[in-house]
Amino acid sequence: MKAYLSRRYMFSASHRLHNDAMSESENAATYGKCNNPYGHGHNYTLEVTVSGPVDQSTGMVCNLTDLDGFVHSEILERFDLQNLNTLPEFAQNVPTTENLCIAIYDILQRGFKHAHLQRVRFEETMMNSFEYWGENRAIE
Amino acid sequence: MVYLTRKAEFSASHYYDNPEFTAEENRRIFGKCNNPNGHGHNYTLEVTVKGEVDPRSGFVLDLRQLKETMNREVLEALDHRFLNKEVPEFFTKIPTTENLAITIWQRLAPKLQAAQLHRVRVYETPELFVDFYGEA
Repeated sequence: MKAYLSRRYMFSASHRLHNDAMSESENAATYGKCNNPYGHGHNYTLEVTVSGPVDQSTGMVCNLTDLDGFVHSEILERFDLQNLNTLPEFAQNVPTTENLCIAIYDILQRGFKHAHLQRVRFEETMMNSFEYWGENRAIE
Repeated sequence: MVYLTRKAEFSASHYYDNPEFTAEENRRIFGKCNNPNGHGHNYTLEVTVKGEVDPRSGFVLDLRQLKETMNREVLEALDHRFLNKEVPEFFTKIPTTENLAITIWQRLAPKLQAAQLHRVRVYETPELFVDFYGEA
């Protein structure tokens, strides 16, 4: 039987929303306070959902130690307490939480082979959250 | 279509062990969760049903009926229990969060006639949860 397992992680990082292709006034109008040249930070909550048949011998979709191990070494080690603008993922992309969702989804999709990646969800603050499902569709 | 979700909490203990594995395999695969004396969690259960809104009552499903069904079929059986030793489904299945979600679905689905069960979500901790939609 197919189940969906979700795990939440936290990391803190700073960013500045700015697009070099826009004029200064356009950047200010588009990004408001987030365009502050010194940047600002968030405590991000990352929610990773993987799916698959529940293995009868273990009762699991995937072993949490595998998921935790991958997220710690490939994501938290690289993103926690960093300035997102300095990371290669955001050399060309503005580090909005939308783009952060997609960047993290891509890392998991490429490297995590123990279960099917279903969704990446971010809470940037308690008031806003973002989801990226890749090619998957929401279940109605 | 409208979706309605009801939450409940229960506390239970469990441990993970597959008698077909060696003791060493059980320790390697299940880690600390293999301790045969068990350990416990405060689980949060979310049950989502879906259906059309009844034009007379304005309900998808009478919440009282959903609450009573959850209490009778799930909470009375699981709350303050040692899952491996007291809940028949877990005499043979390992009481992982995945299997808990499936078991709760199987207990509720036949009893909810007025609306269709959409999702069972079980939080083992605030950082770990499993969703089951009744998919084969």
